[in-house]
Amino acid sequence: MAGAGGGGNDVQWCFSQVKGAIDDDVAEADIISTVEFNHSGELLATGDKGGRVVIFQQELESKNQPQCRGEYNVYSTFQSHEPEFDYLKSLEIEEKINKIRWLPQKNAAQFLLSTNDKTIKLWKISERDKRPEGYNLKEEDGRYRDPTTVTTLRVPVFHPMDLMVEASPRRVFANAHTYHINSISVNSDCETYLSADDLRINLWNLEITDHSFNIVDIKPANMEELTEVITAAEFHPNQCNTFVYSSSKGTIRLCDMRVSALCDQHSKLFEEPEDPSNRSFFSEIISSISDVKFSHSGRYMMTRDYLTVKIWDLNMESRPVETYQVHEYLRSKLCSLYENDCIFDKFECCWNGNDSVVMTGSYNNFFRMFDRGYRQDVTLEASRESSKPRSVLKPRKVCTGGKRKKDEISVDSLDFNKKILHTAWHPQDNIIAVATTNNLYIFQDKL
Amino acid sequence: MINTMECAVDAQSLISISLRKIHNSRTQRGGIKLHKNLLVSYVLRNARQVYMNEKYAEIYRMQQYEEVMTVCNEIQELNPLDLAEDCEEQRGDCCGNGGVSEPASLCCALLPVSQLVAVQSAHMQTPSACSAPLSLQSDEVCKETEPSFYQSCCAEAYPVSNCEFSPVNNLHCNKTTVLDLDTHVVTTVENGYLHQDCCASLQQCCQGAQYSGKKRKVDFEYYISDIEEVPDFTPCKRAKFEDCSYANSEHLDTSNISNLISIFGSGFSGLVSRQADFEQALALNGQFCSKQALASLGAWTRAIVAF
Repeated sequence: MAGAGGGGNDVQWCFSQVKGAIDDDVAEADIISTVEFNHSGELLATGDKGGRVVIFQQELESKNQPQCRGEYNVYSTFQSHEPEFDYLKSLEIEEKINKIRWLPQKNAAQFLLSTNDKTIKLWKISERDKRPEGYNLKEEDGRYRDPTTVTTLRVPVFHPMDLMVEASPRRVFANAHTYHINSISVNSDCETYLSADDLRINLWNLEITDHSFNIVDIKPANMEELTEVITAAEFHPNQCNTFVYSSSKGTIRLCDMRVSALCDQHSKLFEEPEDPSNRSFFSEIISSISDVKFSHSGRYMMTRDYLTVKIWDLNMESRPVETYQVHEYLRSKLCSLYENDCIFDKFECCWNGNDSVVMTGSYNNFFRMFDRGYRQDVTLEASRESSKPRSVLKPRKVCTGGKRKKDEISVDSLDFNKKILHTAWHPQDNIIAVATTNNLYIFQDKL
Repeated sequence: MINTMECAVDAQSLISISLRKIHNSRTQRGGIKLHKNLLVSYVLRNARQVYMNEKYAEIYRMQQYEEVMTVCNEIQELNPLDLAEDCEEQRGDCCGNGGVSEPASLCCALLPVSQLVAVQSAHMQTPSACSAPLSLQSDEVCKETEPSFYQSCCAEAYPVSNCEFSPVNNLHCNKTTVLDLDTHVVTTVENGYLHQDCCASLQQCCQGAQYSGKKRKVDFEYYISDIEEVPDFTPCKRAKFEDCSYANSEHLDTSNISNLISIFGSGFSGLVSRQADFEQALALNGQFCSKQALASLGAWTRAIVAF
């Protein structure tokens, strides 16, 4: 069966590249924690648990191989966050990068926001491929000359040099969150962005670091009455006044900032009634939303909970318009998944460029694509075994009962330590980035 | 279909697993994850509800045999040795339904006489199920059961008094007697008033509960009285017993778990909506409040209606 892809049911996905160590022994710092394409798709950023950001750049398409898209190679690497210690609370603050969001490009430089649990930073990534030479007051090696020895004046000239990519922190947005930051989202006005933690959402101006506006606060007066937390938040792609945030109870609230300064009262509440026949000890856990993403059009939004992906029409609050089962066979394994903490895994989801296909990760290094138009879905695997260049990925199937067919894998054989939590889709082309524990796989459709 | 007994066992293990997760979260790097712990508390609540439902289902089943047991008691007072065989049969009827060790343990836990703790109140009623003649077997039965649940059966003598037969009380009384297996608190709701006594000792855990004979009206979730006043109530010492009552070989420090609740600023008792009012009514000091929250959240209250 052909893979689900953008715009048709005949897309075949091929292996393109894999980044990261081949070692099975994974260093914790190398665990990838976020993946994000920039708005053009030319740059691909990853963050890891060690607080580092690695940016890959797509090479220009080779004239020798017109059928092949350019490869992604390392463009810049920098340490975004360091571990910190809150002495007042005696708490260590992890350096793990929770989210990266690119700003729309306005000039030659690229800007991105990266955040850990407490601090958001704005990074400028710029290229330097020319070097000025011929200073009057400085030697070529940078030492200052004695002004009394200057007898002539000359105009410094730029000479080409090897490309150097510099990453510099331009803003640090700190001390605004008591709880752990789970989301950042840049507004379409390109001037503001929001950051969300478990109980609050703050609105920032990109230029101002010493204060922010609190726009959502769900902290109860008495913490004993706490029943839900914020799990994700995102600005609408087109309407700069609109944002949504999801909760651990499986609800999504859409808020309009024009209504009031504090958006505790939602404008819309998206919630699907729970099926009582599926009630279990773990109902609350599996209904908790781990990710919410607007479609590029802004008409729909997608949510991911533990077992499903749901597509919501912003005009209908009562139920999703589409529901896709990611790994329903895990429903009978929830107890074991609770014991080994896998039930708390937060899977992300993403749209393709024209909103026709959605993708999300699963276990055993499987990831799933759902073609909304053709109502097809496919399961693919990111593994070194199927990593031959341009080799077509074979669809995988999980055997849920009965006799296992050839090439199927039984539920009990799934490796729950191999999970794909983070995926990203190129904004225009059929190129996807899939993060396993410490490797980044890049697949593209067969041209 | 899930066997209800399995359901109760699963609930027990889920409770211990959840408590362990909460305990471990305190030492995780990056601080306590509010989201994860909230979800764990939901599992705790669900497991507790299932467990309580199961226990009360057993109670209602056992109530069907209380007349038989009452007769056994009367005969036992006359001639205990003769009754051993008779009551064994009746015990089989009483305790053998549907379950393996748990109903037997439950019966065992209700044993009066020589195996149970002396109580100082004059208003005690005998737990009616599985009476004294079984005491000879009670040790063995106790040993077979999960000690975390049913240690309470192996203690000092528990004097028998029966409302109907007590020479002290000549009046007809409307009584419900409850033995809390966690605390050995025997609670009698009499004509809307509650008498509560703590057992003097527990086998392994309790160093000795304190007697509190003060009357108070309390709104239990499962019983009848309404809250009219906040009593001047001295709680029984429960810390050590709560340590033992977890069905896990790990000893979770109750004071640390109480601190967990204070760290969150709550026991998420908002999740336990019906208990919340009760706990607030009883909360005279922060420590007791947190212990009650813990009792409602982490430990299980095995209140058993004797009559």
